[in-house]
Amino acid sequence: MSAMSIGARPIEILLVEDTIDEAELTIETLREGRVRNRVHWVEDGEEALAFLRRQGRHAAAPRPDLILLDLNMPRMGGLEVLARIKEHPQWKRIPVVIMTNSAVEKDILMAYDLHANCYVTKPMSPEKFMEAVRSIEDFWLTIVHLPAA
Amino acid sequence: MPQPSNGLREVLLVEDDDADADLMVEALHEGELALQAVRLEDGEQAIDYLRRQGAYVGALPPSLILLDLHMPRMNGHEVLAVIKRDEGLRRIPVVILTASDNEKALLDAYDLHANCCVRKPADQEQFALVVQKIERFWLRFNQGP
Repeated sequence: MSAMSIGARPIEILLVEDTIDEAELTIETLREGRVRNRVHWVEDGEEALAFLRRQGRHAAAPRPDLILLDLNMPRMGGLEVLARIKEHPQWKRIPVVIMTNSAVEKDILMAYDLHANCYVTKPMSPEKFMEAVRSIEDFWLTIVHLPAA
Repeated sequence: MPQPSNGLREVLLVEDDDADADLMVEALHEGELALQAVRLEDGEQAIDYLRRQGAYVGALPPSLILLDLHMPRMNGHEVLAVIKRDEGLRRIPVVILTASDNEKALLDAYDLHANCCVRKPADQEQFALVVQKIERFWLRFNQGP
């Protein structure tokens, strides 16, 4: 049973991920999940901020209920995106799940210092990757009471 | 985060209701992970404990904090604010676990950088299950600081 009320709108997820294969795997896994959701995929940090600002092609974007954020991205790295989100008066309450290949201690500590809600290292194999996404879905979409957008 | 020398991860429960606290401690100990659950009844004790002051000199930092919102003396929001402003404590994941369905109270918690908010189910079995899912996600799956 979802922590959101039954019959409510789908949970809006912003996926910030520059690797196509990983993005597709994430989207596919979430699509198969128990809780209705819509994934909005952007490929870098600049696009993520444009989405949140509802700028340009994102003019009609919904406010996300949850953000899945990669760290290693071109143009604007994930830590910078995280910092911008968590210092913004309206966006800072949106839970940000860091999903990254980096298990570097410095990145982990910095992410928590910047108020990442949690930190998940991406497994290498597709099967384990999907399991990880399911664990995220199982917790964040069913147990957690997400802040109302 | 430094790990305790006995290898046991610690979960700090800040919970004023005895029945809820007992249920949570039991549920945590039923999980596969060996851990130490420490229960404190109010926010001031929790801050003392975390800052290793007062009666709690020598206490180890917990790997996870489960924090109720409505407590006497110092409420959950105040405790959360202190933790998330403190250089040495702010990285510790804090899960708000509350019976409150006050949306504003939950939003305020997120604004104060609670890692997540979970509503306590009324049903005891569901409550125990939720606590175990919290333990599983935060201590086994999540990459802690």
